[in-house]
Amino acid sequence: MVGINVRRWTIALVAGAAIGLSGAVAGVAQAADSDDPIKIPIHNWSSQIVGAHVLGKILNGQGFETEFIPADSQVVYTSMCEGDIDVVHEVWQGAFGVAFEQVVGEGCVIDAATHDAKTREEWWYPSYVEEQCPGLPDWEALNACAEMFATAETAPKGRFLGGPVDWLKHDAERVEGLGMDFEVVNAGSAAAIWAELASAFERKAPIVHFNWTPNFIEAIYDGKFVEFPEYGEGCKDDPAWGPNPDMTYDCGNPKDGYLKIGVWKGMPDKWPTVYAIVSKMNLTNLDIAVMSKLVDIDGMEVEEAADKWLADNEAKWMSWVN
Amino acid sequence: MAAERTLGGSIAGSVAATRRLWRTPGVGPLLVLVPFVALLALKPILPEAGIVWPRDIAVPFIDWINVVVDVFHKHEIFGVFTVKDVTRAIAFGIEWPLDIVHGLLAGGFRSIGIPAIPWVMIAGLAAVFGWWLKGWRLALLAGGCIVYFAVFGKWSLSMTTLSVVLVAAPIAAAVGLALGVVGAKSRPFERALWPLLNVMQSLPHFSYLIPVALFIGVSHRAGAIATILFAIPPMTRLTLLGLKGVSEEVREAGVMAGCTRWQMLFRVEIPAARDSLMLGVNQVIMQCLAMVVIASFVGAKGLGQDLLFRLQSLRLGQALENGVAVVLMAVMLDRLSRALSEKQPERRPDGPFWRVHPYLMVAALIIVVSIVLSLLTPYAQTLPKNATITTAPFWDMVVEFITFTLYDPLSVIRDGLLVHVLIPLRTGFQWMPWIAVASLAGAIGWRLAGPRLAATAAGFVCFIALTGFWERASITAYMVFFALILCLIFGLPLGIWASKTAGRTRFVQLLCDTFQTFPSFIYLIPVIMLFQVGDVAAITAIVIYAAIPIVRYTIFGLRGVPNETIEAAITAGCTPRQILWKVRMPLAFPEIMLGVNQTIMFGLFMVIIAAFIGTKDLGQEIFRALTFADAGKGLVIGLCVAFIGLTVDRLVVEWSEQRRRQLGLA
Repeated sequence: MVGINVRRWTIALVAGAAIGLSGAVAGVAQAADSDDPIKIPIHNWSSQIVGAHVLGKILNGQGFETEFIPADSQVVYTSMCEGDIDVVHEVWQGAFGVAFEQVVGEGCVIDAATHDAKTREEWWYPSYVEEQCPGLPDWEALNACAEMFATAETAPKGRFLGGPVDWLKHDAERVEGLGMDFEVVNAGSAAAIWAELASAFERKAPIVHFNWTPNFIEAIYDGKFVEFPEYGEGCKDDPAWGPNPDMTYDCGNPKDGYLKIGVWKGMPDKWPTVYAIVSKMNLTNLDIAVMSKLVDIDGMEVEEAADKWLADNEAKWMSWVN
Repeated sequence: MAAERTLGGSIAGSVAATRRLWRTPGVGPLLVLVPFVALLALKPILPEAGIVWPRDIAVPFIDWINVVVDVFHKHEIFGVFTVKDVTRAIAFGIEWPLDIVHGLLAGGFRSIGIPAIPWVMIAGLAAVFGWWLKGWRLALLAGGCIVYFAVFGKWSLSMTTLSVVLVAAPIAAAVGLALGVVGAKSRPFERALWPLLNVMQSLPHFSYLIPVALFIGVSHRAGAIATILFAIPPMTRLTLLGLKGVSEEVREAGVMAGCTRWQMLFRVEIPAARDSLMLGVNQVIMQCLAMVVIASFVGAKGLGQDLLFRLQSLRLGQALENGVAVVLMAVMLDRLSRALSEKQPERRPDGPFWRVHPYLMVAALIIVVSIVLSLLTPYAQTLPKNATITTAPFWDMVVEFITFTLYDPLSVIRDGLLVHVLIPLRTGFQWMPWIAVASLAGAIGWRLAGPRLAATAAGFVCFIALTGFWERASITAYMVFFALILCLIFGLPLGIWASKTAGRTRFVQLLCDTFQTFPSFIYLIPVIMLFQVGDVAAITAIVIYAAIPIVRYTIFGLRGVPNETIEAAITAGCTPRQILWKVRMPLAFPEIMLGVNQTIMFGLFMVIIAAFIGTKDLGQEIFRALTFADAGKGLVIGLCVAFIGLTVDRLVVEWSEQRRRQLGLA
């Protein structure tokens, strides 16, 4: 027993030395790439964390060192601009588009790739609400039972729980443009929306709130997006467009928002190989959903989930590497 | 000429009359309301700029700060390096102690093939350390806390957090001590120090995030440095208090013994101020642990980051276990550091080495045994996931149950409160013109301490108005104000109850310690589940956190009433009710007011965090500044929050000190 474990230690020592050595060799082999660790941020939702570990493990496999750094998902763009973070692989148009496009505009961050995953952000309700308000998911049906969603503060209007104000949504304009009997109440964070949903779901209380896909919440709670008049060019700027001739925003959100990968501007020079891998990285809606499901539903730790995803999708990520 | 004299005379006369009126008891205090009420009444004819200073002519503090930030960020001194380069280089200095401590506790040293210290060894050593310091109780506590981290599967997270605290706390304490010593020796330095400390302690943490990201760079070390920055002020404050409180006799004794300046400081003054300094160290530790979650916004690894992740994915039970780990770490470090400072040198028994150093022997034994154990079984190194336990499902069930059963009854209260109290109150706060509020602050300041305090207090209010964020600020003020009232309603009776016996006091103080170190982010989720996103949820979250100081100070004040006074009251035939309301409460009132002051400070801290729930106040604007990486805006709004606190603080502290002098307590 003891012998075996002493041997394990020895193996660990030798392996440690070997890793160090192979790292050095890899460094020589890919002379153009720096030996510095690649800094990947960790935010606070599961698909992002699993994805970060997936990317980290792929890069480790290629002989690169990686470091995971917890970071606020808004502050991270400033940090990427400074070169303190090297790659953000889940840039959501809806939540972070503003911050991301600002740093891309400043030239310190590169818009490296766009995932196949399409993001959609829209008003959403858990499916039991359909029984309480027949005619859903049509928006006019929703408006007809607006009073059902009313609270003391909004009565007689219905209450719509919107995303944080700094996500810069145009829900209030839409309510006005479509003449809906709703009032927008802004949550302060995504977690606030989930907390309210969890509570309402427990009591089967009517609720309509801001939501998006792909998202871990759809793995836990069944529900649907409200269908508004289809988005079209001009809806945002041209009052004449859409059902209301005098107002803008009389339409739903576009159904194909982007999910992008941003990298620090120095990456192509410092780690050309890494840059090549990252720009080929491509996740679909299913990938994002599976990554969050492995953690949120199956209860795996993030590293296990990353290993599982890598094992199940070898062909896919191998194509990014080669 | 004559006319002038009569005019002058009548002015002088009326000034004298006003002064007399000012000093008349019963009338004077009400007089401070005159300009306020007058301006409220005049609101309809006030110019718009006197009611809410318009945003488009706001003083561009934000731009000014951003210019400074930009210069520091980009402008090269001597064309070689920028201020940013300097701050980043300094920050790098903390990298290696962090790496070493983290390697020892959690990560191991892969490059030289040495694993981290096994958990059994840390638990054992902590227990021996506690035993040596104070006996088996402390041994059990210290060892037990470590075992919790391991058994609940929080090992590597806890050790990472612990490594940050173990590096940050000594640095913060040393820097804080040094600043305090210099301040105590140099009057001009002290004058500059106080306002800086005040602002540093009341500026919301979120205002610092962008500057930290720019000048240090998001990373684990940035988290450690942010932690240090927040832990310095209480140490400096208490060092100043302690050193200035050293009595002249003690100092003279030092002089007579022929002390040099350094001997005087290290052999006389610092030992004499030990109580204050130890309280400072204790506050440093508490502050470090209070930063665990917020530091993770800028890159600190460990319990905080994991806690946010669990909260975000609605795994409350696990977040709660993380929170408990933070509390236990605080309790453990607090008790150990206290015991260490109280440890008296003991006479060593004679005999062989093992008898002289029994604790060392046990420690050595633990080291050997745990190394052997960790060679035999991986369970001694770190418990694998399947060997850990969790109570999370239970807590999730409790939360679900409470939400399910209490939601409906509580919604009645919520709606009533909202419609009949909160909305009218909010409207009222928003209705008040800023010059009325400024004049009220000025008048109170004037009455308490003359023109200087008046200028300070009114100046703070003016600053807030001139930034153009008056409307937002009035919502912040309304929420903190209402939270304060609730804190008084719940906190005062609890404090009075707890002050009756020593046992109750200990129990309630333990409760206060726990709630204070418990990461306040956790309260946000259940509060939303019960009350929905809105003002009621936000105010409830504020009350849970901000009620702590009012309870503490009420207990402190009531228990501090001299026994002779109470005995005199008993001899005079007072009933227990009379003793409480006619003797103890009035005497404790200055302390209670300090508690009110602290409650407002805590409330302002929490109101910013409550922006995560969804509010329309200054906190929301700080978050918006984060989105646009606007360092100046974040800082200016932070200053608005700080100045709300400081206005109240200045006035209350001044009043409380005067009152204490009048009561002969100071």
